[in-house]
Amino acid sequence: MILKTRLFGKGYEFKDIKEVLAKANEEKSGDILAGIAAGDTAERVAAKVVLSEMTLEDLRNNPVVPYEDDEVTRAIQDGVDPNAFGMIKSMTVGDFREFLLKSSEDEIKKIHDGLTSEMIAGVTKLMSNMDLVYTAKKIHNLATCNTTIGERGTLSSRLQPNHPTDGLAGIMASTMEGISYGIGDAVIGLNPVVDTISSISAVLHSFKDFMVKWDIPTQNCVLAHVTSQMAALQKGVPMDLMFQSLAGSQKSNEAFGITVKLMDEAYEVMREKKSSRGPNFMYFETGQGSELSSEGHHGADQLTMEARCYGLAKRYHPFLVNTVVGFIGPEYLYDGRQMIRAGLEDHFMGKLTGLPMGVDVCYTNHMKADQNDVENLALLLAACDCTYFMGIPGGDDVMLMYQTTSYHDIASLRDITGKKPIKEFNQRMEELGILEDGKLTRKAGDPSIFTA
Amino acid sequence: MSEMIKDISQIDYYERVTIDNPRDTESCIRLKKTTNARICLGRAGDRCKTETLLKFRADHAVAMDAVWSEVDESIVDQLGFFKVQTLAEDKEQYIKRPDLGRIFSQGTLDGIKGNCIESPDVQIIATDGLSACAINANLADIYPILMDGLTAKGYAIGTPIFVKYGRVATMDQISEAIQAKVTILLVGERPGLATDESMSSYMAYESSTLKPESQRTVISNIHRKGVPPVEAGAQLVNLVEVLIREKKSGVELKI
Repeated sequence: MILKTRLFGKGYEFKDIKEVLAKANEEKSGDILAGIAAGDTAERVAAKVVLSEMTLEDLRNNPVVPYEDDEVTRAIQDGVDPNAFGMIKSMTVGDFREFLLKSSEDEIKKIHDGLTSEMIAGVTKLMSNMDLVYTAKKIHNLATCNTTIGERGTLSSRLQPNHPTDGLAGIMASTMEGISYGIGDAVIGLNPVVDTISSISAVLHSFKDFMVKWDIPTQNCVLAHVTSQMAALQKGVPMDLMFQSLAGSQKSNEAFGITVKLMDEAYEVMREKKSSRGPNFMYFETGQGSELSSEGHHGADQLTMEARCYGLAKRYHPFLVNTVVGFIGPEYLYDGRQMIRAGLEDHFMGKLTGLPMGVDVCYTNHMKADQNDVENLALLLAACDCTYFMGIPGGDDVMLMYQTTSYHDIASLRDITGKKPIKEFNQRMEELGILEDGKLTRKAGDPSIFTA
Repeated sequence: MSEMIKDISQIDYYERVTIDNPRDTESCIRLKKTTNARICLGRAGDRCKTETLLKFRADHAVAMDAVWSEVDESIVDQLGFFKVQTLAEDKEQYIKRPDLGRIFSQGTLDGIKGNCIESPDVQIIATDGLSACAINANLADIYPILMDGLTAKGYAIGTPIFVKYGRVATMDQISEAIQAKVTILLVGERPGLATDESMSSYMAYESSTLKPESQRTVISNIHRKGVPPVEAGAQLVNLVEVLIREKKSGVELKI
């Protein structure tokens, strides 16, 4: 493995793989904040050149956090299929980029269990934005809870009816409005203000009652801490999906109040007590920068740490995984350009990991970004068959204080790309007169359909 | 010439329904009243209506401008604040480098020590944070209430300090420099689309860079439509008394 190169006659030398990975990353304010970004554009390219000549085996053998020190590294490394790894280990990262561009979905799926997160992050750093779109579009990862997500030709959505005080009437008002736009086939899922068992139970019951009354085939979820959801499950609440935020290192997961052992337990409790039918019942959210934010990045760049979140998520065969791309703030993703790049990277990495990957295309008000940036990224992701998006009234989350894709945006994306919701959900929307041939009817967009 | 297009920011959206021919308008109004989420909007094709779009853009514009705005220094001058700046050189660097917005140069710390009252019972700090508008909107209302209340209770009050490009942790360095008992920091919150005027108050007993963030007691959502600044000022005066009596703050303090 060679860590030196020349570019236009100037010499560049890197001390280890971690430095090469960091400096090969497209510009992100978070890597600059961490003090690990390339010093200038030429050094960035030199790092990409060095990265392109490394083998996948080099990346396997040099995880950015050592195996002995970190249970996320162990979970990822122990999950590698040795036969699949054997097929690709001698490829350089440059070769691997071309392999992905040339190969069919089946060929890619034959090797994806041989990948570690560092390999996935590495090849992402050599991909242009259109490379990321082109390759991700090939890969469809299906998962089944009450319904099956990820089929070709579908574009799914999470209905996110957040409310500043968890008021049930207000939550259900936003839910009715959302369903009337054909939103919610991935999940109806609330970010709660209050993380108490009684509040979680009340919301889950409200969602379930609505789903039963109107015969809506989807999943319910409350995005509380996993320990609170486990406690709620013991009380016998109807819970179709169990949620948790994940980070890419043991230390940062500890900041989230979780360990691999705890997640293993949560998975088992959910398997036993869940109200959903299928084999996939976990829901995870991630996002570049959370490891630096909790000082658990171990000097590695935010893209590589993000890839490790997906490596950990894979252990639990999730139904949903989405990056919350612009939520954390401008010190990690400064503007619309960095946000768009990060959204494409994360979606691609999730798909290559084998996950039914969605994206919360979003920004905060202190970022240099606006709703046009959200719409640009959402269109690009719809072009690469992103599994699902968020649907929020008017794109304005009045609880989390950020902006994301609206109910209108989901309907528009489906229209523009000719896609539909998940089959059973779509069928029910047609019966209710909300959708016709995948498009909104005259009746759609009226929550009072559901007050009858 | 005197005709003017209506101010869209002044429309009451509390029960406004803009759906074309809803099944039941009364039900829509009832739903709308249960949440400040943007529902009952209606649509133009799959897209939102012009009014909806412009209202959103107006609300976002105010929030964006709040982040990039500067504190009106005539306000802090009139109130007699001593002015300092963190290591952040400008707003852009301040946004990108939260670490620089938490610390001062040695020269600035020496300036604070040389110009401000030492060992006060209460040190008041104001800083722009992520919304200068919050300071512009609330400081002149909350400050006199604080001063009157603290003076009436006989506390020694330090020279008030205004920090340009400051984050919450600046209170630790200032407290250490002048050996304050209780430090109160007033800071502009990250603006949402609902308001750009929301301010938070962080307080700590013997605020220190060596203590965790949980040392701080917080009152947030201080603005005209949230906790009014005058009411927050009175609450802060009472809290100062508790912190000084208990000699602790934050999670250690069970209120």
